[in-house]
Amino acid sequence: MSTAAAVAGSQGLWFVSRASGLALLALFSMVVVLGVAARLGSAPRRWARFAIPEVHRTLALFSAAFLALHVLTAILDPFVTIGWAATVLPFASGYRTLAIGLGTLAVDLGGAVLLTSLIRARLGYRAWRAVHWLAYLAWPVAFMHSLTAGHDLGLWWVALIEWGCATAVATAVLARILQSIRHPRQAGQPSASFNRLTPRKGEFR
Amino acid sequence: MRAYESITSPLPSVAARTADQLPRLLPAGFASGPASLAGHIGRYGLPPSSARDWPHRQALIDEVGRSGLTGRGGGAFPTARKLAAVAAQAAPVVVANGTEGEPASAKDKVLLARSPHLVLDGLVLAAAMVGARQAVIVVHHSVREIIDEAVAERRRAGLDGVRIRVVTGADRFVGGEASAVVHWIERGVPTPTRTPPRLSERGLGGKPTLVQNVETLAHLALIARYGSSWFRAVGTAGEPGSMLVTILGGVNEPGVHEIAIGTPVAEVLSLAGGASAPLQALLLGGYFGCWADAGAAASLPFSAAGLAPLGAGIGAGLIAALPADACGLAETARVVRYLADESAGQCGPCLFGLDAVAGEIQRLADGRTSSLATLRRWLSQVDGRGACRHPDGTVGLIRSALRVFEAEVHQHAQGWCCANRPGAVLPVPPRRQP
Amino acid sequence: MSRPARLRVDPIACAGRGLCAEILPELITLDDWGFPVVQGEVPGPLMGEAREAVRVCPKLALWLEKRP
Repeated sequence: MSTAAAVAGSQGLWFVSRASGLALLALFSMVVVLGVAARLGSAPRRWARFAIPEVHRTLALFSAAFLALHVLTAILDPFVTIGWAATVLPFASGYRTLAIGLGTLAVDLGGAVLLTSLIRARLGYRAWRAVHWLAYLAWPVAFMHSLTAGHDLGLWWVALIEWGCATAVATAVLARILQSIRHPRQAGQPSASFNRLTPRKGEFR
Repeated sequence: MRAYESITSPLPSVAARTADQLPRLLPAGFASGPASLAGHIGRYGLPPSSARDWPHRQALIDEVGRSGLTGRGGGAFPTARKLAAVAAQAAPVVVANGTEGEPASAKDKVLLARSPHLVLDGLVLAAAMVGARQAVIVVHHSVREIIDEAVAERRRAGLDGVRIRVVTGADRFVGGEASAVVHWIERGVPTPTRTPPRLSERGLGGKPTLVQNVETLAHLALIARYGSSWFRAVGTAGEPGSMLVTILGGVNEPGVHEIAIGTPVAEVLSLAGGASAPLQALLLGGYFGCWADAGAAASLPFSAAGLAPLGAGIGAGLIAALPADACGLAETARVVRYLADESAGQCGPCLFGLDAVAGEIQRLADGRTSSLATLRRWLSQVDGRGACRHPDGTVGLIRSALRVFEAEVHQHAQGWCCANRPGAVLPVPPRRQP
Repeated sequence: MSRPARLRVDPIACAGRGLCAEILPELITLDDWGFPVVQGEVPGPLMGEAREAVRVCPKLALWLEKRP
């Protein structure tokens, strides 16, 4: 009787772990898309501009909560031994080392982005921005984790979600790249034409 | 018109207007080249020994304070106060600013070309006064060789206690600004940087930095030799001493001259051979200065106090004479276009605002449809909204033009202009296409 | 409780995104090119919005300067 309950409980944990993982992928993808939208300065007509970065921030914090759920249920699952160390140390899990390791890596990278964003004002713009770039690395790592660690890819709607997230993020990244090419000038730097017209010191000895 | 640009040609001799006190900075009579070290010492004597102990340095700073010397780069900040502020810090650096980014001004180039050792004396003295072990001089490329040679001469003679580093300045308008000079030396980018922190606290290499115009340092070198009373013997009580002025435009002999501060403007113009044609207006100070009606300005003393009733100042010591047959609006529009192009482009209001304003004032000058109301609105949106004084100075120039050339504004609005002069008066470098 | 404060813009960092003007329209208007013009000091009731504007700015170009 207790074994059945234990098995049911463990299956429940495993179910929550997989479901939360999928939800997390969708959330994380939305966060990335919103982050790009914030950078591009785009906003739907009726919305205030500041809504986009605010939703980006709120969703990111919400995803962190979901992440805790995803990680906890995976660790606590008695059927697999992942170990607490593997929550932060990549490739420390005995069970499916690579797949779980990718997840841990995504947590480390995403965690760095999140933590530096919380102390952004104290950190300063340059340092904050440098770390924030890691988000573009965290997402593909998380995606690969979902492909290698996920069990439900055979289900059509799960595959649809995976594809949808990948498409959304790829589109956002493309838009970001185009923006860089078309408008390379950053705030706080002399304009590109100024730099082209000003000789470097070496030209005049 | 551009005779002063050819610095190796002889300059007209400066008439000693004020007894035997002038010229001080520039050699009297014809000079075919820079003063050699021997010639310099022959004329002025050896530079005072730069003792390093604090009481001696403090006494020197006090002497500079008593002299009332102010910055000659356009800022007119009391030099002794700057010296004291930097001297109070540890391991400072001194920078002599001879960049002279203003295209119409030539006084720094001429001073460096004629009396390089006077400037270098001042640099070394300033370094001694603030306790600096690093001295840098930034010069316009046209005088680089002269300064290199002068520094080498001094090194061979073992004259200075500090090593002088020579750097060629960036040939950009904003490149002459103090923080831009430091930025140029450090990173090769001649753009103003944000303050705080101030240069006197954190400048070149993170060290407290004293930036002084080369003319200010030349005066410093003489005050250290002859004292504050000697310095105050010319000029006014409120603004003592002499200054270099660049006189150009509708005058017979444009050039750089040394005057006592407070000399009447008409007398200053006569040093340049007087007006070559009836004048309508004068540009006082520089491209960040103010237009003034020629008749109104002629009798006023050339000093900050004297020109204040007209809303003008002495700025970087420039007087450009506008003949009556030239168009003040067209001249202003050309200069403003140049100033807009010379924006570092770091601050939105300056980058976009000056471009918009330049376009509008060009339309005004061309007699096309333009809106004064829009122009004025943009001017108030640009004024004071940058990290440096570039937008402010440009706005000041335009506002003074709208005031002094008010009649022309009305004429242009009706589609006609009474100017018939073919060439341009104010020098503006050709527009570089990026 | 809150000392009078002034909202300052770093003109070099500012990129004219305009989020600050949306959060604090009472104090911040945008010029013809989208860059913020800050008028006056921050009154007590608007302190919360002012702090939010400082936080939201994508370039960290805003800061609150306390009056001595």
